[in-house]
Amino acid sequence: MNDQREQLLTRVRKALEVPAEKPAGHHDQASEPRIAGKHAATEWLPLVGPSFEERLALYAKNAKELTADFRFIQGGIPALVAELQEIAKTEGWTGVATHAGELTEAAAGALGLPVVRTECGYDVDALEKCSAGITACEALVAQTGSVLVTSRSSGGRALSVLPPHHVVVARREQIVADMTEAYALLASRYSESGYPSMISFISGPSRTGDIERILVLGAHGPKRLTVLCI
Amino acid sequence: MSTTPAAAEFKKEAAVITRDLRHRAVIRGALKKYEVVRDDKKARFQNWQQARYLASDIKWDAVNHLDTYLAEFAKNLEARGGKVHWASDAAQAREIILGIVKEKNAKAIVKSKVMTGEEIHINEALEEAGYEVVESDLGEYICQLRKEAPYHFVFPAMHLTRGEISQTFTKELGSAPTNSPEELTMIARRVLREKYIKADIGISGANFAIAETGMISITENEGNARLTCALPKTHIALMGIEKLLPKLSDLALFLPMLGTAGCGQLLTGYNTMYGGPKQPGEADGPEEFHVVLLDNRRTDLLASSEQRDALQCMRCGACLNVCPIYKNIGGHTYGTTYQGPIGSVITPHLRNLQEFKHLVFCSSLCGACTEACPVKIDLHHHLLQSRRDAIAEKAVWWERLTFKACAVIFNHAWVFSLGEKLGRIGQIFHPLIKNTPLDPARAWTASRELPKVAPQTFREWWSHRK
Ligand code: SF4
Repeated sequence: MNDQREQLLTRVRKALEVPAEKPAGHHDQASEPRIAGKHAATEWLPLVGPSFEERLALYAKNAKELTADFRFIQGGIPALVAELQEIAKTEGWTGVATHAGELTEAAAGALGLPVVRTECGYDVDALEKCSAGITACEALVAQTGSVLVTSRSSGGRALSVLPPHHVVVARREQIVADMTEAYALLASRYSESGYPSMISFISGPSRTGDIERILVLGAHGPKRLTVLCI
Repeated sequence: MSTTPAAAEFKKEAAVITRDLRHRAVIRGALKKYEVVRDDKKARFQNWQQARYLASDIKWDAVNHLDTYLAEFAKNLEARGGKVHWASDAAQAREIILGIVKEKNAKAIVKSKVMTGEEIHINEALEEAGYEVVESDLGEYICQLRKEAPYHFVFPAMHLTRGEISQTFTKELGSAPTNSPEELTMIARRVLREKYIKADIGISGANFAIAETGMISITENEGNARLTCALPKTHIALMGIEKLLPKLSDLALFLPMLGTAGCGQLLTGYNTMYGGPKQPGEADGPEEFHVVLLDNRRTDLLASSEQRDALQCMRCGACLNVCPIYKNIGGHTYGTTYQGPIGSVITPHLRNLQEFKHLVFCSSLCGACTEACPVKIDLHHHLLQSRRDAIAEKAVWWERLTFKACAVIFNHAWVFSLGEKLGRIGQIFHPLIKNTPLDPARAWTASRELPKVAPQTFREWWSHRK
């Protein structure tokens, strides 16, 4: 194995001894000249307003486009619980899965349904049969309408993707502006102590366009994604 | 051009499919919304063009320090309990994967989309060794059931209608025929759910690998890769060595660019980074995480002083979606793992220039690919360079002869005017042999009319003018 590693790396090094220049791309160089100087990705990525209201509005707009159900709830945890009870009733839930956490426990506990907990290992079949997976998140990204989950913040890898309905419970402070800020947040949380083994930006429910490029929701993962934010 | 078997096959299939109006309608239907939705997302960028420059720079840096980044990636991943394997070629990669599968005594294997897997024919190898492998990406699954190669490396089943897919499902899965994409998707969902839960090994690809943190990143819409990397006890990721990015935060730029260029989504449904197996204190995840780094002659392309930038490719598929050749001949005609402009650029390096040189000639050089490419690979110029290289390496005798003859004709006025006169006489008799093996202009006249030779040449007119 070490031999193979050395062989491969040696070939790479030898190849890199050949001097190569990046093609200038003169084709569109003329029409779109490059702006000189050092620039960060945030300068070119979609713009996000500085105020909380702008970010909230942008998140709501993007989430709607992604066919996620985003609800910004006034009235704290009791209002969130009431909202969730309403959803559970309309959809006729028979059981939910969740993980340890202030919001998740308050939400799942109030439903009066059997609850599967994932943090200390779980039965896959039992999780598969749950009507919904209720998770917390690391952040909500306004720029893209995404939910950022990790294996540590959101009850492991499968909880947010195996049950047919993924419900995210979040706090308003968790809305970040853009992708750059989301990665900065992850770095501040984990670069010292070690990153979780899974980090996922979820943008809308599971979807496919593989049949005649027609959008179908719930290809393999959740058919519905609900984000409840207090 | 001297014809290799691959070129002959290519010509034959291209001739049939370009006239297939049904095929054309399906492809046009499938791609008609692509440019609209992509442009809508591009317009949301503060500056898409500058984002391309930046992405291209980061990738160029990564490719030019590939040895350092590969070593850093491996070190960081190993520190998190992942195993890194180095495969020089397809055979080695297959051997490594088969070795893991055997050691784990695997019974069922589930796969999310891995183009490098197509490159090394891993399914065939696993099946031959007696393992059941199931593709979980819907498009790939459909192709697998039909025993077909993917038609497009982002949209594998783009060439099929719902009717054809329904027929395939009825035949292979015994499901009731249906005309609804939704129902068809749900049939596959039900079948594949069981497979995930049963599988002991999950095989995935990787869109990016992060040197700084030892992670791989997978982009998908369906959630099939999420499940493939969550439930089975062992996760094997197979990727080309060129997928490296220096920093985790580079993804803040690359994920939106990949989504936008690839299918007109600001972000694809799931963008997931995996760093190692299940870590202490985590609820689930595989016990073992293997990454197989595949060279398979990518280093030959790396050693190209002109075309090294082709390794910047992140397989978004944008160049295929805008390519007039791709839209006419379709994905299968290429006969390669990677289709479209990028396929025509890299296949001669990864396989053989002489065998695949027909691909570099098969371009209108319109440059639509170069303009679509989010990392600014100089695609159409690379096609030109490979044309030059192919001829320099092995000139074609009759082309040489033709050019020699042309030199004689154009250097001597009297030969030229003789040719004009003969042309005028020849065209009277041409209809007798038109589009028969005797017709010297058959390549043209098979599908077009020859323009008429003018009744009077310019020089005749000049000398008779009053
Ligand atoms: S060459 Fe560019 S446009 Fe084509 S698939 Fe690669 S990154 Fe995308």
